[in-house]
Amino acid sequence: MSNALSALGGAKFDGLVKVADAGLQGMITLRGNLADATLQQAVKAATGQAVPDQRAIVLQGDTGVAWMSPDELLLFVPYAQAHACVASLRTALAGTHHIVENVSDARAFITLSGADGLVREVLAKVVPVDMDPQQMPAGQMRRTKLAQVAAAIWMQGTGEARVVCFRSVGTYAFDVLCTVAAPGSAVGFFAS
Amino acid sequence: MLTLHCPYCGVHADETELASGGEAHLKRFGPGASDEDFEGYLFMRENPKGVHFERWRHAYGCGKWFLAARCTNTLEVFGTYPAQSTEPPQHVRDAISAKRPGWTWREFS
Ligand SMILES: [Zn+2]
Repeated sequence: MSNALSALGGAKFDGLVKVADAGLQGMITLRGNLADATLQQAVKAATGQAVPDQRAIVLQGDTGVAWMSPDELLLFVPYAQAHACVASLRTALAGTHHIVENVSDARAFITLSGADGLVREVLAKVVPVDMDPQQMPAGQMRRTKLAQVAAAIWMQGTGEARVVCFRSVGTYAFDVLCTVAAPGSAVGFFAS
Repeated sequence: MLTLHCPYCGVHADETELASGGEAHLKRFGPGASDEDFEGYLFMRENPKGVHFERWRHAYGCGKWFLAARCTNTLEVFGTYPAQSTEPPQHVRDAISAKRPGWTWREFS
């Protein structure tokens, strides 16, 4: 097997918050009718989770599922299992209108960690999203524009956020986040 | 700044997340149509100072198209609704009427 490399090669930055490559993560795009029972069963079998509500994400370790649009989910599975998981999904969904594809190597995955207020603030500087804890609680994913590129962001828990973007703009997104996390650039907008 | 509610994600999306798609509720005239209808479909657009109906796409979000009723003069948004709508829904018309009594736009009022 080839030696798989994550988009950011383990990059790390320590500023207002820690910005780090989240490493290899299996990601599978699944499109179809989210109300379909066969699709719901397939999602459960692949991730152990039910189809999430609008904008919801459940991610435990490297397994979970996120709502991407009314007809699209992003499934998280261990990186090494993504290929086999796609094959099982294709079998389970045969005859059901769907698209499933392994997009693990098409993505960059970034973790922001530190004081909760500062993690929210660093993101708030580059996304047109209200990062207030009431508006963006853990478990809610938001697809948006991070500086100049498309990204999905969510709070994984208190003081920890995750960012997913296309691999081709991974370095750009990482560099932007490091820039707005530069030491001395704190605004203090959110309580920590 | 323009903020539109995406009826698919349920978020208030900033203009920078959206792509504009021109006028809403165009009726397509294709092969077999009269020259006048085809010309109207291709080229003739409303350009009001006031109530207007537009197509927008939540390009950086869910990727879905939706329709919006807003005022080009004040940027006030009266409502957004799914792209599958062939005419403005009643609650959007009512919202416009409350603010702009007597409004008309193409065949709608
Ligand atoms: Zn949307």
